[in-house]
Amino acid sequence: MKCKTCGQKAVVNMRQHKLALCKEHYLEWIPEQTARFIKKYWMFGPDEKILAAVSGGKDSLSLWDILHRLGYQVDGLYIGLGIDEGIGYSQESQRLTKKFADERGLKLHIVDIQKEYGADIPALEDKSKRGQDKPCSVCGLVKRHEMNRIAHNLGYDVLATGHNLDDEAAVLFGNTLSWSRELLPRQKPVLPAHDGLAKKVKPLCRFYEKEMTAYAMLRGIEYIYEECPYSIGSTSIYYKELLNRLENERPGAKLSFYLKFLDAREKGLFAEQVESSTAPMFNCSKCGQPTKYDGECSFCKLIGIPSDEPSLLA
Amino acid sequence: MSVKIILRNTEYEVKPGMNLLDALRKINILPEGVIATRLGEMILEDEILKDGDVIKLISVISGGNQ
Ligand SMILES: [Zn+2]
Ligand SMILES: [Zn+2]
Repeated sequence: MKCKTCGQKAVVNMRQHKLALCKEHYLEWIPEQTARFIKKYWMFGPDEKILAAVSGGKDSLSLWDILHRLGYQVDGLYIGLGIDEGIGYSQESQRLTKKFADERGLKLHIVDIQKEYGADIPALEDKSKRGQDKPCSVCGLVKRHEMNRIAHNLGYDVLATGHNLDDEAAVLFGNTLSWSRELLPRQKPVLPAHDGLAKKVKPLCRFYEKEMTAYAMLRGIEYIYEECPYSIGSTSIYYKELLNRLENERPGAKLSFYLKFLDAREKGLFAEQVESSTAPMFNCSKCGQPTKYDGECSFCKLIGIPSDEPSLLA
Repeated sequence: MSVKIILRNTEYEVKPGMNLLDALRKINILPEGVIATRLGEMILEDEILKDGDVIKLISVISGGNQ
């Protein structure tokens, strides 16, 4: 296959765009497209301060790399989760993230959950005794809270995450299977700032996971290749595999599933439920972040549970 | 006469002369979920695999919620 731009040997072939590119032109194409999505979805402007949530994985490090290449003011936030499982998962991701930042002279904030709250993710997940996909839901809760806290405390305008199209399509697939009236209207490339929380954006939401891996590899970004040990066998991976089977037979199916959803939502098909959009928001009595119920937010409740007591979480 | 294909800790063998797409089909791996490299260079699905080639597959899927 030949590069559409220069005719040299292509290294990436994107069947959904009928586009093959060589290394040089692929590494130009990705930031160009990202810049286009940033404008199209009104994500942020050149004067805004951006905080990129980085995990040491291919997507978030590539995101940081791309935004930096595009000239945005972007710092990184790494959240140390304390996941080891015999492979030193968190330790290694932190090392790679720090290395990435140091080599490029980028500013990285590191928050260690254990140091900050006296318990790491495995300990918190023990305490919470949540249902299926437990560690992932505890982890998601903790990360959301900490990203909001740091963005707010340090005065960032925008929080950027590295979600790719496969991530978004898998979440959308799950929400569609359950016809979630609560979650479907909220799945957007941009969540506006509200109740003191920073705006959240997903600049990579239209790139396939395979494309982000290719970008990281071709840019020579050292990322953590190991899976998060807790995510093995998770529903999200299962959905991604199902969608890839579909994509294999029908190139572009994943992309159009997501884009047609965005379009349908834009046209009012998934209008925000009246109850949820007008529901009064409270501020957590402990940390001040917005919460649906009066009292402490779910994060503060989780942190506050003594480790030997049964869960107080709903 | 063989081509070696490696994904994480698993090794597969296929006959030389077929292209990458057919080789992946043969060992039941979805092309959408992997990137193939030979001698550190990324190769595409139309690449013909030659005797003695060692193809390393990089899995692209990661899970959990970010
Ligand atoms: Zn080219
Ligand atoms: Zn709170």
